[in-house]
Amino acid sequence: MNVAIIQFPGTNCDIDTYRVFNDHLEVDATLFWHENTDNLEKYDAIILPGGFSYGDRLRAGIIAAYSPVIKQLKRLSLKGKPIIGICNGFQILVESGLLPGALLTNSNLKFICKWVNLKVEHNNLFTNSFQSDSVIRMPIAHNEGRYYVSDDKLQELERNNQIILRYSDSDGNTSLDNNPNGSISNIAAVSNANGNVLGMMPHPERASDSLLSPYSTDDGIEIFRSMILSLEVMLKE
Amino acid sequence: MSKTEFVDHSLTENELIYVEKSLNRKPNSVELSMIDAQWSEHCSYKSSKSLLKLLPTKGKRVLFGPGYEAGVLDVDNGQVLTMHIESHNHPSAIDPYGGAATGVGGVLRDILSIGTRPIAVLDSLRFGNLSNPNNRWLLQNVVRGIADYGNCVGIPTIGGELSFDSCFDTNCLVDVVSIGVGKKKQLIFSEAKNVGDILVLLGNSTGRDGIHGSSFASKDLDDIPTDRSAVQIPDPFIKKLIIEGTMDALSTGLVSGLKDLGGGGLACCLSEVSDMGNTGVEVDLEKIHLRESGMEPYEILISESQERMLFIINPDNLDTISKCFDKYNLQYSVIGKVTDTKHVIITNNGDTIVDLPTELIANAPLINWPKTKPKYLDSKPVSKPELPVDIKETLLKVLSSPNLADKSWIFQQYDHEVGTNTIVKPGESGASVIRIAPEKFIAISVDGNPSHCYLDPYNGSAGVVAEAMRNVISVGAEPIAMLDHLQFGNPSNSDVFWTFNETIKSISDFCSYIGIPCVGGKVSFYNEDAKTHDAIKPSPVISVAGLIKGEHNLRTRKLHPSRPLIVMVGETFDELGGSEYYSSMGHSKSGIVPQLNFELEKRAQKLVRDGIKVGLFGAVNDCSKGGLIHSLLQMCTISDMGASIDLSNIPSNCKRWDELLFSESHSRFIATIKKENFTNLLNISRNHDIPVSIIGSIGGHDFQVYNKDDNLFSYDLDYIRSYVYDSLSKFMDGQI
Repeated sequence: MNVAIIQFPGTNCDIDTYRVFNDHLEVDATLFWHENTDNLEKYDAIILPGGFSYGDRLRAGIIAAYSPVIKQLKRLSLKGKPIIGICNGFQILVESGLLPGALLTNSNLKFICKWVNLKVEHNNLFTNSFQSDSVIRMPIAHNEGRYYVSDDKLQELERNNQIILRYSDSDGNTSLDNNPNGSISNIAAVSNANGNVLGMMPHPERASDSLLSPYSTDDGIEIFRSMILSLEVMLKE
Repeated sequence: MSKTEFVDHSLTENELIYVEKSLNRKPNSVELSMIDAQWSEHCSYKSSKSLLKLLPTKGKRVLFGPGYEAGVLDVDNGQVLTMHIESHNHPSAIDPYGGAATGVGGVLRDILSIGTRPIAVLDSLRFGNLSNPNNRWLLQNVVRGIADYGNCVGIPTIGGELSFDSCFDTNCLVDVVSIGVGKKKQLIFSEAKNVGDILVLLGNSTGRDGIHGSSFASKDLDDIPTDRSAVQIPDPFIKKLIIEGTMDALSTGLVSGLKDLGGGGLACCLSEVSDMGNTGVEVDLEKIHLRESGMEPYEILISESQERMLFIINPDNLDTISKCFDKYNLQYSVIGKVTDTKHVIITNNGDTIVDLPTELIANAPLINWPKTKPKYLDSKPVSKPELPVDIKETLLKVLSSPNLADKSWIFQQYDHEVGTNTIVKPGESGASVIRIAPEKFIAISVDGNPSHCYLDPYNGSAGVVAEAMRNVISVGAEPIAMLDHLQFGNPSNSDVFWTFNETIKSISDFCSYIGIPCVGGKVSFYNEDAKTHDAIKPSPVISVAGLIKGEHNLRTRKLHPSRPLIVMVGETFDELGGSEYYSSMGHSKSGIVPQLNFELEKRAQKLVRDGIKVGLFGAVNDCSKGGLIHSLLQMCTISDMGASIDLSNIPSNCKRWDELLFSESHSRFIATIKKENFTNLLNISRNHDIPVSIIGSIGGHDFQVYNKDDNLFSYDLDYIRSYVYDSLSKFMDGQI
């Protein structure tokens, strides 16, 4: 198995993500520079890691969304290739139309870096390893993470089980008090209708080593592990 | 555009005479601009150099100390740790966002210049009182500047400290510490050592920003509007690309020398690389990529445009090296070469416009300012304040000082997690910890105490070093090196220079005694009010790095039920001068400052290190600012766990509860132990000859203080957290 980690100028969580695959999961990962014209099809999954692609110029994620590598991603997403966009990667996915909605400036108008509780709303390719309704912990670190979609679209996301993670308290209550950035309906992660593209503001790669967690947890690695296990099943079939 | 000449130099008459004598002619205006930049206090250290020699710089892990771009420490297995501190005080006072951001950018370049990758940033901030809206504006934008820069460049801001004092009303202090790691065999120096090598200027185009930046930092802040062009413009995105391009280029092993362009721009960079390499350089101004047309030669030479690095390489290697830059679409130009002339020669349109001996530019004549002991230090001691009647009211008042407040309003704006190595995060201890290899960690602290240093420069300054050491010891580290950043008023004021001299003397004395080397530092003078000429309080800021081997040695402030007993290590004395308590009581101008007994400090530090090593101590916290009560509350609030202590058990001769709770005596720690370890505790106390006693226990959700059977104070932690420790966020979000 081999996972491609896409690097844009200004990406800064590429190595962190790479290490989780190589060191902790013992799955091959390849750093894939955005100008690389190789076919991405040969990779089993694709990660758009966090950072500040193109320095967040114009708007977070928008310049990267027009890069040639995204054209490949659009093609592969239709074929069911698992794709995860984390933080800036999520911003790129919404800017490129691979995921619905928009990511706006946090409601407190500040960058927020802190550990949050997340309720697993729906089990899919990326969350199979969790019990449904589990509460997991990961850090967020973003300035533009306030997820927004229209009311109609929100209902559609609910209907299609596209809402994967919600900000909550440690008991799983998804009230406004536990919403760090003003996201609509406390949404922290969504998938596309087909379920193979995931966008999430929390950083699973930063929650994959219990030594890094104030709670000695490693919930983040389960996101990647779920994906790998699902892929292994698919490959066998 | 009309032609402008460089006229506004800050050289003294004696310096001008010295230049003319050395050259045997008058320097032209472009030459004068270069000398002016390099001889600024900021670049030349002309007022401080001779005193700084007192600091001990040798140690078993020190590979390179002061005089290099960054201090370099051997941390075993071929790995090096690099560390440096910088300030951007004057720029931040005018343009807090850009000033603070470029301060971060500058210190990162220093770490990069020596061939190592920056892995963390910490900041130490000083502002005037938050009741003044201008200070809130400064704090808000300084924090945003640091955050936007560090977050974008992908280097975690892992900690720091902050305090307020009205002496910083017109001169805020913005200090940034950065550490880096690299391979011993890949270290590189800022020297042009090979004649025939070429000079390649990488990165941002050179523009008109930051002109006179270092000269501006070397005088009082005045005439604010026209000095705005002296503030540089940050671009963290380009910096991120420069870091990656530089690391790629260094990995080829084909770079002969590397230097960042910071204070004094190209002028200082060129004279320093040729002076270090004992060579000369020749540069053609037309080759430099510029941001705008019509720039005068002097502007190009002293511009402090950010995000630029100078590579010195063999011309045969240009193709290989430039590929590393092209990958990131970085601009670069070959601007000149290394010569054997020992002169800096600048040409423009074929004309030689600068021809100066390297040695002359790089070595400003030193100044020895007169010193006189300030009168206020000899004033009669004022009697102690009366013991307050209401203990609860007093405690809440002291604890709600923004100096002691919870700082997460700041830390949450910094990405302190990127890099996935931040093990002890901001707020979890007085030092932060970053992993540099499996089972190998670096602890880093940054501390200062202007109130102590004002009332007693000697004990105050040495005390700052001790506190910074105690903070890294508290996370389980062995202190291995320190940096000093000395921030003072105008050195020509003999009172100021006396305190400066006293500060260096005390830091040197203590560092030599306890055996910690100084591997770098910075001096920032001219921090005074432009109108009143009131200087800031003496403000040395000290950063200490420590090494931790083995995860089992890591410690934080966090309490754990498995170690329920609270231990006080060290004795509490009646020395409340300069304390948070006195300043809350309006008594900040006098009193005996905590005295640093070198011997006692050494023993207490050793005791705690041994106690951690043998697994006796669980949670550990330094006990200083805000006293015992604040130190213990830090432990309770971060752990969401209550505690109960009995004042009568504190090792001390003090009788008053305010002295016991608020004294900031040195050489003290709070730690927790298991119930069954009482005997081991007594043994360790006896072995190190330091008083130790159990003062209480953890548990519940209330914070309680007893004096024998009298309950003096009992509050729920949530109350303390939301109504007492939140003063900073309340101020900043407009609720006060």
